[in-house]
Amino acid sequence: MALDQRADDQRAGSTAPTSTIAGAARLFDYWAIAYRRTWKGSAISSFVTPLLYVLAMGVLLGGFIKGDPTRLEGATSYLAFVAPGMVAAQAMTTVFGEVTYPVMGMIKWHKAYFGMTATPLSVPAVVLAHLGFVLFRVGTTCAVFLLVMAPFGVFASVTGVVAAFFVQLLIGLAFATPIYAFSAGLKDESAFSLVFRLGMMPLFLFSGAFFPITNLDPWMAALARATPLWHGVDLTRMLTLDRLDWSMVAVHVAYLAVLALAGWFWAVRRLSRRMIS
Amino acid sequence: MILARGLRKSFGDFEAVKGIDVDVRRGESFGFLGPNGAGKSSTMRMVAAVSPISGGELHILGMDPADDGPSIRARIGVCPQEDTLDTELTVRDNLYVYGRYFGLPRKEVRARVDELLEFVQLTEKADAMVEDLSGGMKRRLTIARSLINRPDVLLLDEPTTGLDPQARHVVWDRLFRLKQQGVTIVLTTHYMDEAEQLCDRLVVMDKGLIVAEGSPLTLIREHSTREVAELRFGVAPDGDSHEALAEKIADLGHRVEVLPDRLLVYSDDGEEVIARVHERGLEPVAVLVRRSTLEDVFLRLTGRTLVD
Repeated sequence: MALDQRADDQRAGSTAPTSTIAGAARLFDYWAIAYRRTWKGSAISSFVTPLLYVLAMGVLLGGFIKGDPTRLEGATSYLAFVAPGMVAAQAMTTVFGEVTYPVMGMIKWHKAYFGMTATPLSVPAVVLAHLGFVLFRVGTTCAVFLLVMAPFGVFASVTGVVAAFFVQLLIGLAFATPIYAFSAGLKDESAFSLVFRLGMMPLFLFSGAFFPITNLDPWMAALARATPLWHGVDLTRMLTLDRLDWSMVAVHVAYLAVLALAGWFWAVRRLSRRMIS
Repeated sequence: MILARGLRKSFGDFEAVKGIDVDVRRGESFGFLGPNGAGKSSTMRMVAAVSPISGGELHILGMDPADDGPSIRARIGVCPQEDTLDTELTVRDNLYVYGRYFGLPRKEVRARVDELLEFVQLTEKADAMVEDLSGGMKRRLTIARSLINRPDVLLLDEPTTGLDPQARHVVWDRLFRLKQQGVTIVLTTHYMDEAEQLCDRLVVMDKGLIVAEGSPLTLIREHSTREVAELRFGVAPDGDSHEALAEKIADLGHRVEVLPDRLLVYSDDGEEVIARVHERGLEPVAVLVRRSTLEDVFLRLTGRTLVD
């Protein structure tokens, strides 16, 4: 009995988490420590990237474009038109970077996920924590982006910008969960370069971030309207220009939320299959 | 601590574990000995509650892994065959984050990390990156990591595979200390010397089945002779094949095993066997008399050697 008692004392504190969220919270220190290693590089690039974009696309390229509000979805200048598009595109590209190679590394290269799931942590907790980190990255990058652009006078209201910030998190999630799911089931990394070239780049260029999709052929415009980035860009733009169409807001939010949720279930399923055999 | 009855594991059509019975008691050190592909690792993964069982019964610390996986994993320590350390974190951080996965308070984890670094002799390497460690150091770090929750059972899957002899001895020494502290240890290995050094009791596995069970000593006593005479014959141009040679000396021991490079004669007096071999005019290029080991037990039971 004395021996049992000692064993009980010794393992005091080592427990199964009470929920997926509690489990994910235990991974906070891991992600914080891992980020501490790379934050300088990512902080600099998240500040410099928007500056370069604003200069090149907004100011220099925009100088050639006459700001006709009727043709720029109500923006008074090209810069005001392209700024929200670039923020939303930045949310997307950040996600692509965070849930492709890094996810494969956690499974296949350094296998950190296998270490995590050997403990009381469940697969959903592991996925949730990783997504939490991705959202943190999207949040910081987009916050900096918005702050850098604010002095250029491209935002109609503070409330709009704050709302736009939260929309970036939603866009981030809508991309993160399905791409995560895709990466979690992948056997090798060769598909990623296709994902970037044939997935991310066309989305980036043709989803209404840089020009109104009404400039596209009708069928291409319809295709663009079906992409998550267009929903994100349009929603962000409505908020920064303060020209809200509430029914469209509802459509955009619903689209992105459903995608994020469906992707979540898919991601948990794909990673479970990979980890538990 | 661990109870398995008719435990099975299959992957599609392939049956890795074909119905095994296992009992591991508190405080003992229990081994699964067998060659690669015997089903040892599949068994370990089921016991570690990360791989669902395909059939039979399995209870770990009185719990069913299908229902209580997280609670079981909270109370066991796992040292997997392949290191799953985060190579870009420091030694200390690897242990620290792992302790947090078990829900231990930060202060408590920090204290345990220092203690464990000391135990596995990595205190000086605490702030080194894992990718800069040697294989033996990584193994010790993985062992330290598996102890962070002060587990009731420690599972070690091939703890010294891939290590050089010196590094293996350091690992063995640490494991032996744990054993002395009363930690229940379950390990798999295909090294018979490892099994002999560390296991109070072991099962010999082959092709998904248990072929023998007992302490290293009883297994050797039951399935082999006291000594073994090893005879190496050169390749004689007109000479006899190994099989023919074996027939000539078959009566000298209880049994003769023919291996590709040598003959093993099982007898209680090896020197005597060698003297008689010479009397018969046979001239082996090298001879060796040794005690029987678990390797001989395995050879006897399966007709194959452990490490191919």
